[in-house]
Amino acid sequence: MNIADNQQNLNAQQLYVKKHHRHHHMITLLRILVLIIFLTLWECSGRLGWIDTFFFSSPSMVISFFVQMLMDGSFFAHTGITLLETLLSFLLITLISILSATLLWYSKTLSEISEPYLVVLNSLPKSALAPLFIVWLGTGINTIIVAGISVAIFGSVISLYTSFKQVDPEKLKLIYTLGGRRFDAFHKVVLPSSIPAILSSMKVNIGLALVGVIIGEFLAARRGLGYLIIYGSQVFQLNMVITSIIILCVIAMGLYQCIQWAEHLYKKKA
Amino acid sequence: MDPILECKNICFSYHNLKGETKALNNISFQVKKGEFLAIVGPSGCGKSTLLSIIAGLLEPESGEILLNENEQNKIRIGYMLQQDHLLEWRTIWKNVLLGPEISKSLSPQKEALAQKLLKDYGLYKFKDKKPGELSGGMKQRAALIRTMVMEPGLLLLDEPFSALDYQTRLMVSADIGTIIRASGITAILITHDLSEAISLADRILVLTKRPATIKNNIPVHLTLPEDTPLAARNAPEFQDLFSLLWKEISDEYSG
Repeated sequence: MNIADNQQNLNAQQLYVKKHHRHHHMITLLRILVLIIFLTLWECSGRLGWIDTFFFSSPSMVISFFVQMLMDGSFFAHTGITLLETLLSFLLITLISILSATLLWYSKTLSEISEPYLVVLNSLPKSALAPLFIVWLGTGINTIIVAGISVAIFGSVISLYTSFKQVDPEKLKLIYTLGGRRFDAFHKVVLPSSIPAILSSMKVNIGLALVGVIIGEFLAARRGLGYLIIYGSQVFQLNMVITSIIILCVIAMGLYQCIQWAEHLYKKKA
Repeated sequence: MDPILECKNICFSYHNLKGETKALNNISFQVKKGEFLAIVGPSGCGKSTLLSIIAGLLEPESGEILLNENEQNKIRIGYMLQQDHLLEWRTIWKNVLLGPEISKSLSPQKEALAQKLLKDYGLYKFKDKKPGELSGGMKQRAALIRTMVMEPGLLLLDEPFSALDYQTRLMVSADIGTIIRASGITAILITHDLSEAISLADRILVLTKRPATIKNNIPVHLTLPEDTPLAARNAPEFQDLFSLLWKEISDEYSG
């Protein structure tokens, strides 16, 4: 290959990279454009009287309500409590499901006994349980955290146990040939090879924990974004409802990104 | 020389709801210290089951496994599986030390031994790499080091080259055969590759199809200018032994 060929080749490569970047930038731009068009349309249709801002609110009203929440500190109180409840539920879901899946892996009898119960509980709409939790635990943070846990826990146990079970039996045999016991097989092979599965179930769980916490707050809270949504709708304060929903969107995205980031760190290390 | 291992009337069956499948029927043989024994037989005849029983992973239905050992001098059994099964989240160094880690016998001496073995087998400069970065042959050698670090008195090889492609397989089996011979360790190799059995072993046991019994016991004496497994394939006796073994095995398929 001579230099001219090489030069041409390089240009083709540069062209490809450029094209790729251009496409990427265009997509980002269009995404932002969609948001701007939506917000403008929303604002204008309110101001032009096409929709009733009493029911539909408007971007400017949401912003002024948000600023007001920031000023009187209610933003931090409500968002903080929802965030705290979600994180606590999420941590407990992760901990309990890893422990339960471990127990099920250890004892085949236990897993056979509990299988139908797990399947039934997992397919049950968990919001149906929330009123029970209120009766048992009263209104307050306990009920809300339990509601958050209940939404994700059964699915999480099932998916982790399935992943524990799928570990190559030859790898377990290797541990036994080296004189290891079931505990060694678990902590040298099963657990490390299930970390990707644990991380991906955590991604699902963080979203579900938020769903459960909001359900709990609808029914049993005096604080939190779920409470603001239900309270706002009852007193026809739609600014409050929509602002809270938008804050929830941002929280959900942020939490998901955190786990994504942890997964990224793990992959980089591995 | 005294036998290091004696299998006495080993019987084994598998059970499921449809019924009983007899895998091993009255298997008896001895292995002398330092001997390299190959066991061949038709596919699915229970060769791997026999190895699992010798390793103590399965209990025989009847019969016994006798190891020539005493309190001061326990015989450790090393086992090499069909695939390397290196744990991909550990470095090669961490992988070869898996055995001592599990048996809680990790010591500076063990680490020194692991280092020496890695150097001897040309893997030292790869010790901080993950298994995914090594070739198939190198991984199989790392798996052998993982077994050898445990200083086994008896080495069980369960078709350890069957997952490799043909060329790698020739090289790795020659390679590992030489290593085992040089260390003077007693070894039992299970294989379905007859030329591999002839080139590596001192003696070959032929098993019948299921339920497996011992069909023949063939000593291998090759006249060789140099004693390497690859050169063994050119020995004058090689072809006759191969034909003999092939006849024994094909009888089983037709019979």
